[in-house]
Amino acid sequence: MSKIGHFARRTFVIGSAAAAGALVVGVVAYKIPHKNPLLDDLDEGASSLNPYVRIDANGITIITPRADLGQGAYSMQAMLVAEELDVAWGSFAIDAGPPDAAYFNSKLLDEGFPFAATDEGFTARSARSFGGVLTKFLGLQITGGSSTVPDAYDKLRKAGAVARAMLLNAAAKQTGIAVAELKTNDGAVVTPDGTRIAYTTLAGAAAELSTPRNVPLKDPAQWRYLGKPMQRLDIVAKSTGTAQYGIDVRLPAMVYATVRMNPRMGAGMASFDDSAAKMVRGVIKVVPLTGGVGVIADNTWRAFQGAALLEPKWNAAPYPSTQDALWRTASESFTDDRKDSRFKDDGDVDDYFEQLGKSDAGGITRVEAEYRVPFLAHAPLEPMTATAMLKDGTLEIWAATQVPRLAQQAAAKLAGLDNDKVIVHALQAGGSFGRRLENDYIEQATQLAMAHPDVPVKLTWTREEDMQHDFPRPFAMSRARGAVADGKVTAYALDIAAPSVLASQGGRIGAALPGPDGAIVAGAWDQPFAIPHYRVTGYRIPETVPISSWRSVGASHNGFLHDAFLDELIVAAGADPLRERIRLCNHEISRKVLETVGELSGWSTPLPAGRGRGVAFTISFGVPVAEVIEVTNTTSGITIDKVFVVANVGRVLDPVNFENQVQGAVIWGLGHAMNAELTYADGHPEQTNFHQYTGLRLDQTPEIIVKGLEFGEHVGGIGEPPVPPAAPALANAIFAATGTRIRELPMRKHIPFA
Amino acid sequence: MRITVNGQSQELDVEPEMPLLWALRDELGISGPKYGCGIGVCGACTVHVDGKAVRSCSMPVGNVTGSVTTIEGLGTPESLHAVQQAWIDLQVAQCGYCQAGQIMTAAAFLSAKKNPTDDEIDAAMAANLCRCGTYPRIRAAVRKAADSMGGR
Repeated sequence: MSKIGHFARRTFVIGSAAAAGALVVGVVAYKIPHKNPLLDDLDEGASSLNPYVRIDANGITIITPRADLGQGAYSMQAMLVAEELDVAWGSFAIDAGPPDAAYFNSKLLDEGFPFAATDEGFTARSARSFGGVLTKFLGLQITGGSSTVPDAYDKLRKAGAVARAMLLNAAAKQTGIAVAELKTNDGAVVTPDGTRIAYTTLAGAAAELSTPRNVPLKDPAQWRYLGKPMQRLDIVAKSTGTAQYGIDVRLPAMVYATVRMNPRMGAGMASFDDSAAKMVRGVIKVVPLTGGVGVIADNTWRAFQGAALLEPKWNAAPYPSTQDALWRTASESFTDDRKDSRFKDDGDVDDYFEQLGKSDAGGITRVEAEYRVPFLAHAPLEPMTATAMLKDGTLEIWAATQVPRLAQQAAAKLAGLDNDKVIVHALQAGGSFGRRLENDYIEQATQLAMAHPDVPVKLTWTREEDMQHDFPRPFAMSRARGAVADGKVTAYALDIAAPSVLASQGGRIGAALPGPDGAIVAGAWDQPFAIPHYRVTGYRIPETVPISSWRSVGASHNGFLHDAFLDELIVAAGADPLRERIRLCNHEISRKVLETVGELSGWSTPLPAGRGRGVAFTISFGVPVAEVIEVTNTTSGITIDKVFVVANVGRVLDPVNFENQVQGAVIWGLGHAMNAELTYADGHPEQTNFHQYTGLRLDQTPEIIVKGLEFGEHVGGIGEPPVPPAAPALANAIFAATGTRIRELPMRKHIPFA
Repeated sequence: MRITVNGQSQELDVEPEMPLLWALRDELGISGPKYGCGIGVCGACTVHVDGKAVRSCSMPVGNVTGSVTTIEGLGTPESLHAVQQAWIDLQVAQCGYCQAGQIMTAAAFLSAKKNPTDDEIDAAMAANLCRCGTYPRIRAAVRKAADSMGGR
């Protein structure tokens, strides 16, 4: 558990004038660094050199404000600081730090602007920088968008380097030896005669010095940690049952709680009868909540028992209540009124098809198709859980969250407290995949704590509650048409209809930005292909089910919608699926990724009858990824034999974690594409638990061969980009093996898997 | 009632139908076994009862007649079980939430099956869900542990 409970909260309060003026004066304010939050409450003798390093007589703490959801973010952040600070691996503590604007995420909004990751032009770069300014102003301490590494890569190395420079300056002042004569080694300054002066003894003096500017960073050739296979700091704890998650919080006098909310999200509750629930042994209190009811007991299971006996009367869903009706909202959204964006419009698609219609179009083949992808749950294995205690005018919260500052603000508002009276202890998550960007479970824990003050109340959702109350990945539909001539793809027009994550999720935090939602078309409009007549149009399905970001967000559906139809066109052209993608590719690094996956997979080697090979490509979050999948059509169904993955991230900072993340993302993409969907009846998901929402299991898991490339200046994150190409690569491979083209997910509705 | 957990006899004042998982977690403070589904399909709660892998979320504590071992009793950071050592060597975990259950399933499987085939490993470990997708490393770690436990 985080040990920061004694840090006083100091919140960077954005005045209304500043917030209103953000767009105008943001750049000016951007240049004023946020105040160091760690200076607010340091124990006597402790020094904080900058927001990422804290040193006292007992040791060194590296602050890792991005949440560890399983992706190894704590270790990665520590590696970046430790590399430049020059401390021995594992010789320091890590701490998630207090929620604070100083830990803003400057890369998160990069994907929100209509400039493709492959566009390095001035306007595109300016827009991305502006995204950074905006997040800094809003103080969004967010973990998401595969942004931890891109955001931290320079910032945390600089933090380590500046801290080291200050320690060197302090040592020079203390010894009278010039800085140039001093070295550092594993947490100590070393003098020419070999005397070691521990950082811990220099920190107090170092903090008195001014912060140096322009401290050089190490040449990557000198790196000890970065680029090397490192042991994750949490690996022993996670292999021995000693890692502590939100659900493991155990505090003196703690009580246990669960909730039952209306699974028709947002509909609320008409009434409930708690007479049976109150009879359950150990039930302490039944608490009406916004939209449902909570049960507090002396044991989680007893709270579950009580909740099961409540007889709530739920209000009807404020949106179409069946899956068929929801699909109708999708199919009716391809209209001018619902048009959201057309970021890609090369050549003249309309004119081209009009001319085709007039002529007899000899030698030109036209192709049309409709595709569908379902709603999906995040369903991290640790269900939503948070512990809260309201005592003496202070609210303490222990929880895993991707948005600690937003959680703090939401809880403060509910409890009627100032932000600085809400202490958030950020814990590691048992998975998240975007789910813990929401504050619903934290708000419920807050309400329970308000109803039962002075002791900690630990809220744990049942799996059924979790699966029925997700803010799911939105469903989406596409209508595509294209044409091929002379063995080449000549036209591709893709219309995508999806509800807006930006409007739904952003609306819940009061930050819905105006304008088109890039997520509706991300992973489709921004693909690096030169097709003579090429257009991608986004249509906004009206808001129905509240939705949110799910691992790889818009690209999670558009990777499939875009690439699988591109494959149809290439097949119609009679071209080789890999070679035609390479021929069409107009981005050098992406082409290298495609060429490399061809070499890695032995693409040109023929496969025997009954086997098939498919390739797919998606660039998302600035990271181009190509995947080749080999399948066999067996008598008991399709088996996936091998997956070959090539991704360019600029720098592979930890090859072990890189491989693990890529393999996990491929399994995430495949498991959902094959087996999983949320379908709605009576206004709520029909699926309640993992027996009806099955991802991949080990017996369906193929061998996954991974290669990372390091071209270009952009350092990308890897948690999400391998997800989008997994589904189309599998669909394309199944077509190659069987001749069956799958245009709707999950695939098992159309073909059996062994 | 009394149950033996990790070699220690423990007094419990609970309903016999309370699942072993919640007796362990909330009554005894043993938090290695995790709650994932509550219906015995994810395996995060796996413990050993007399050496056999059991889903503690679906086992009423009143029905427990044997000796219970949780991940905490299998090995410790200072004294690792061979399966845990393999899990660390291959850096299996991502979020890690399922891994205690994975390790308990693997340990029970390998104590009964000295030299498993790849298919046998796949079949045994398919009982446990990992949402992060660490399966390639799980497969390799079970193989490594099998080898170090005196298989081939």
